[in-house]
Amino acid sequence: MRLSRLLWLVTRVTGAVEETPRVRTLLLDANGWPGHRAGQHLDVRLTAEDGYQAERSYSIASAPGDELAITVERLEDGEVSPYLVDEAREGDGFEIRGPIGGYFVWEDDGRPVLLVGGGSGVVPLMSMIRSSSGSTSIRVLYSSRTLEDVIYREELAARAGERLEVFQTLTREQPPGWTGYTRRIDAEMLREIAWPVAEQPHVFVCGSTRFVDAAADGLVALGYEPLSIRTERFGATGG
Amino acid sequence: MADERRLDGNAIGGMMLELFGVEMTTATEVCRTCGTADVVARLEVYMDAPGTVVRCVHCKAVLMRIVRGPDRTWLDLSGLRCIELPGGTE
Repeated sequence: MRLSRLLWLVTRVTGAVEETPRVRTLLLDANGWPGHRAGQHLDVRLTAEDGYQAERSYSIASAPGDELAITVERLEDGEVSPYLVDEAREGDGFEIRGPIGGYFVWEDDGRPVLLVGGGSGVVPLMSMIRSSSGSTSIRVLYSSRTLEDVIYREELAARAGERLEVFQTLTREQPPGWTGYTRRIDAEMLREIAWPVAEQPHVFVCGSTRFVDAAADGLVALGYEPLSIRTERFGATGG
Repeated sequence: MADERRLDGNAIGGMMLELFGVEMTTATEVCRTCGTADVVARLEVYMDAPGTVVRCVHCKAVLMRIVRGPDRTWLDLSGLRCIELPGGTE
């Protein structure tokens, strides 16, 4: 029996990347970090001067073996995300524990991959994209409200190619000349993008509850076995 | 319309790992009410109550209730028939 007790580690911010006006990536000192698999998350714990503690989970954005990074979206009424997005500076410390999760995890076995992300649901999918060997075919369907809200926009464009097809939908506002989709994800969109069921693709869907339910329902309507669709839902509040 | 309060079992991965000492989102449970087996990651989870409530995806029965305080944890598993954890005697 392999016991993997969760220990809190003190980490320090080693860098930050502004991804969008509401989203920031923090690079973390991984001293003592046991390593992770693509798709896993970690818990962050902040402790106030009076001892009050708040804990939240964040998906790991980096590929296994790369510098540890989380990408965090600011939730206006959150206890943890406003600090991580707006205030944390290089050298600041807080506690992390993990890695956490064994279900929403991708192992590259050569089978094609479909990644469906809504908003910051793209974060664990990005860890998978970054960890790909480059010989596996990956299709990404990524839904954002506006172009300004697209996380990893430049990196996705740079990585896109024969083995990584990126399809985007902007649901609220589109720039002039936009050639992607302009509506919420539905069965018709999935029909155009998803691999044939016979190819036994790996499928990962991450986003808000409403987004994940819609995408999963659409894939089931295409004939995907419900158990073959790996889903992760995050709340709209509380972070 | 989806209830945005409803999360899934991935959200309790950290808490379950802390309580059980093993990765639990891939553990298989059987619902006492409807007898359906499912993996923990796929269960319905509500974390906005004073405690955490986990429900069966199929019949919506309450499977687990978890309440954490500063110095103790209260765990009600009465909605489960059984749960199969990773790891054996080896």
